[in-house]
Order: sequence, then C-alpha cells, then structure tokens
Amino acid sequence: MTTSTGRTTQAGRRTFRQGLGPALSSAARWIVMLAVAVVIIVPIVYAFLGGFRTTGAIRKDPVALPDPWMVSNYTDILESDLFWNSLRNSLIVSVFTVVIVVLVSALAAYALARFRFPGRETMFTIFALGLLFPAAAAILPLYVLLRSVGLLNNPMGVALPQAAFGIPLTIIILRPFFRAIPVELEDAASIDGCSRFGFFWRVLLPLSRPALATVGILALVGSWNAFLLPLLILGGNDQWTLPLGVMNFTQQYSQDLALVLAFTSLSMVPALLFYVIAERQLIGGLTSGAIKG
Amino acid sequence: MTATSSTAPKARSRWREWSLPFLFMLPALLVYGLFVLVPIAQAAWFSLFDWNGLEPLNDFVGLDNYARVLNDTVFQQAAWHNALIVLLSLFVQIPFALWLALMLNNRFRGRTLLRLIFFAPYVISEVITGVVWRLLLYPGGMVDQGLESVGGGFLIHEWLADRSIVMFTLFAVITWKYFGFHMIIMLAGLQGIPRELEEAAAIDGASRRQTVRSIILPLLGPTIRVSVFLSIIGGVQLFDLVWATTRGGPANASATMATYLFDVGIVRTRMGYGSAVAVILFIVCLVVAVAYVRLVMRRDTDGAMTAAEN
Repeated sequence: MTTSTGRTTQAGRRTFRQGLGPALSSAARWIVMLAVAVVIIVPIVYAFLGGFRTTGAIRKDPVALPDPWMVSNYTDILESDLFWNSLRNSLIVSVFTVVIVVLVSALAAYALARFRFPGRETMFTIFALGLLFPAAAAILPLYVLLRSVGLLNNPMGVALPQAAFGIPLTIIILRPFFRAIPVELEDAASIDGCSRFGFFWRVLLPLSRPALATVGILALVGSWNAFLLPLLILGGNDQWTLPLGVMNFTQQYSQDLALVLAFTSLSMVPALLFYVIAERQLIGGLTSGAIKG
Repeated sequence: MTATSSTAPKARSRWREWSLPFLFMLPALLVYGLFVLVPIAQAAWFSLFDWNGLEPLNDFVGLDNYARVLNDTVFQQAAWHNALIVLLSLFVQIPFALWLALMLNNRFRGRTLLRLIFFAPYVISEVITGVVWRLLLYPGGMVDQGLESVGGGFLIHEWLADRSIVMFTLFAVITWKYFGFHMIIMLAGLQGIPRELEEAAAIDGASRRQTVRSIILPLLGPTIRVSVFLSIIGGVQLFDLVWATTRGGPANASATMATYLFDVGIVRTRMGYGSAVAVILFIVCLVVAVAYVRLVMRRDTDGAMTAAEN
C-alpha cells in the first residue's frame, strides 16, 4: 500500500490530468509488472535454491525451500575441475574473440570512416551485409577448414570465426563514431609528424574508449554465451566453455537434479555479476547497436 | 583528409593514398573472408556433391541434394517451425514488449529495478536457459505444481514431450529470454519522443489510448521496425535454445532449420546434403532480410542516410 500511495503522489499530476481512474489503473499496472518480474526471477531463484537441496527432496516436492540447507552440491562442484576449466576456457575464448574483433574492426572502420578511396561504400556494404549471414550456414565448411589447419579443439578455432561473425556489427557501430572526431585533430597530428597509423593508435583509439567499450561488451556477451561454434569445434572435456560444460554436465548427471541445478547456478554467476556491474554500458551498447544497425 | 608528400611523384602518392586504407582493412578482410565469406561460398560448392566430409569430393550430384532437402518432410516441418516462431514473436512477443516499455517509460518508484530484472534473462546463456526450463517443465515439476496450487491443474500438459505443444512451450521460453531485449530497444526509442507531445495531446483531451495510437506508435515506428527485423532474423536462425532444451525433439517435433542442419551435417556427417540445407537457410535469411529492409525499413534507412550526410 505504501508504494502505491508513493507512486500516486509522485506521478499524481500527470495521471490526474489525464482523468483516468488513477489508483485503479496504476494498481493493475503494478500487478502485471510484478507478475512478469516474478516469472523472470522464480526460475533463477529456483535453480539457486534447488542446488541447496537433495534430488530426493526435489523429486518429492519440487516447490519447497531447502531443508536442511546442503552446501555439498556447490562445494563438490567448486572442488571439481570441470567448472573451473570451463570458466577458464570461456574466459580464454572470450578474451581472444573480443581482442581480435575489436582490433581488426577498428582498423577497418578507421579506413572506412576517414579515408577517401574508390569502392569505399562497396566495401562497407560487403562488411555490413555479414550481419545477415547466419553462422549456421557456414558451420560445415568451417568444420572442414578448421580440421584441415588443426584448429579443432583449440580456443582459437572458436575465437577466430566468432570474431569474424562479429566484425559487421562492430564496424557498423564504430564507423560513425570515428567519423565524428574532428578533421582538425588529424591535420594537427599530421603536421606534428604523426603517421595515419600513429594517429589511429595514439589519438583515435584513446578518444574512442566509450565506443570501444560498447562493442567490446557486445562481443563479450555474445562470445560468453555462444553455443553453436564451441559445440562444433571443442570436443574434449578439458576444452569445454561454460555453456558446453553445463550441457554435458546436465547429460552426465541427468538423474541428479540438485547437482545439475547447482552447476547451472554457478555458471550463471559470472554473467549475472557482470550484468549488475556493467548494466548501463551493456544496455547503451545494445540500443545504439540496434538502432544504428 | 588526404595525406600527400610533396617530394613523391603524383602517381606514387596516389597509389599510396589508395593502398593505405586497404592496408588498414586487410586484417578484417582476411578474418572476415576466411571465416565468413569463403565458408558460405564453400557450402554452395559442397552442396553439389554427395559427400561425407572425409573422402575426396568426387561424387557430383548437381542439384539433387536441394531437391531432396525441399522434399523432406522433416525439413518442411522445421521450416514451418521457424515461421511459427517468427509469427508468434511478431504478434505476441513484440506487442508484449512494447506494452511493458510503454509502462516503464513513466517515472515511478521501482522502475529501474524492474528494468534491471526484465532485461536480466538476456545475459543468461541460451544453454542455461534451456537447462533450467527443462528442469522446471518436467512432468510434476515446478511449473505443474505451480499451476495446481493456483487452481490451474487442468492446464497441465507434457510441456516438452507433447508434439503439438512443444513449439509453444519453446516460444514461451524464447519470450522469457528475449522480451527484455525488445523492451529495452523500445524504451530507448520511447525516450527519444519528446514528453511535450504527450502532454499537448492530453491537454487537447486525448485519452491515453488515443495518444498511444496516434502519436507514440507512429513516432516509434523506426524502433519497432528494427525490433521486428531482429525478431525475424533470430527466428529464422534459431538454434541454441532449441538444441539445449529439446534437441529438436520429440521426434523432430521442435526441429528448426538450423537444428536440422546440425543434425544431418555434423551428427550424421552428411556434409553435402547438410550444405544444401545451409545454402537454403542462407538464402531464406538473405531474401527475407533484404526484402524487409527494402520494403519496410526503406524510409528509416533513407532518413538515416540523409541525416548522416548532413
């Protein structure tokens, strides 16, 4: 009740002017939004709580609080190699992907933004069109290619194609940003004896940190959650990334619900932590990417 | 803009001027070419052969693979499942996201927290989403118990095992994961609409419904069209969530074009046949996207071009 009155006083002027039944409509609105929030939160909380229960208890009564609270599921997983290996592999693949995609796309976006040369718009279109290419369409030849160059079961075998498929969006976001940096700056740098690459590396990139953070975060989230390419390329269990680890752990321990829930919950933690810390940049990046793309 | 060196002959400086940008683009071109363009071209080549991926590529069959793919009922069903997801996304998920965005666009206490919650599933991977929901949806699981406790026991189904239900269950999971993304895009679009317009409409006696219909929705058009575009592309390419939740089962009842591709190409190593599926998937994506951009988003991109040039 207190929240509802607080809301009425805050937004009272607007709703009152609109002449609707303010209390009623705002109550209905709140009920709907709370219901949606509950549907979002419950599965996540259920997974975390389920990890503290025993499989027997979950089977007997799916909806109940842990009683007693068992930490052994979580501690077992934290003491096993699979979780930490998967976490490490996810980190390696993601860092490689982000570094590669941001570096090569920034170089290309610089050329496409600040040089005049014949065929520039055609080149841009060729890159931008990649946004429409489904990664699934390329997996069979990719598999053959990576097998022939010995990159199967290698983090680079995932990072390189992932970076390649990230290039279109990264260039599309970076180009207008690079273009907006004043020409005078580049002229001044060139008078001071700075080469084009020197300008790119020492002036443009440091000035573009917000845009680079945006594209970096987008690539990071994409790579962290990616499933298709790792599934295709990483076969051995010491190579698995977190999504693969979750998938395989689930199959291996399909009878032990509580353990599966604990593993899944732990695997969610890095992404959720990152989300809480970098929510602003992530959302800013997605909206700018979506609206420009 | 142009870098000139006064001593060098004109031709040489021009050559440098034109080659330098390509030097900057070279790494991107290499990575993009090698891992995106070449594989897609190769898929087109492989698709003309009957090939298991290991033997030499010598059993040329022309367009036979395409004929077989298109006549395969499993593929036809998979394509229909993609279409169903796209349709449901457009007519259920996007309106739902829009409705929530409209509500969240008002200032009220708790708005930031709700936004944080609604968007959270987007950062949780498809695999985790699929695994958790599978555990919630098994017969007698939490969803069933929850329904029973609120008197909805008659609604209980075999959510993931019933062939006629499984696609709708998957759609619910997809909505759980992605509506927040569309909502965030639309919120960003809504924030670009000046408040004064709504206030002016309210002063002129327009109801909330009229304001939304005649002012907000038209102004939000470009954003909605982007959202629709991303929904279509996502629906056509759908793989991760389906594979993690049902693997396309039971008995292909939830197969999509991409899971079918993975199944025939990788699991059963029919590379030639699978490549034909890949090319069809590629063509569907490209045709749908280009048509949509040309026909529907044309005005928006025209606007963007002129704005960029000014």
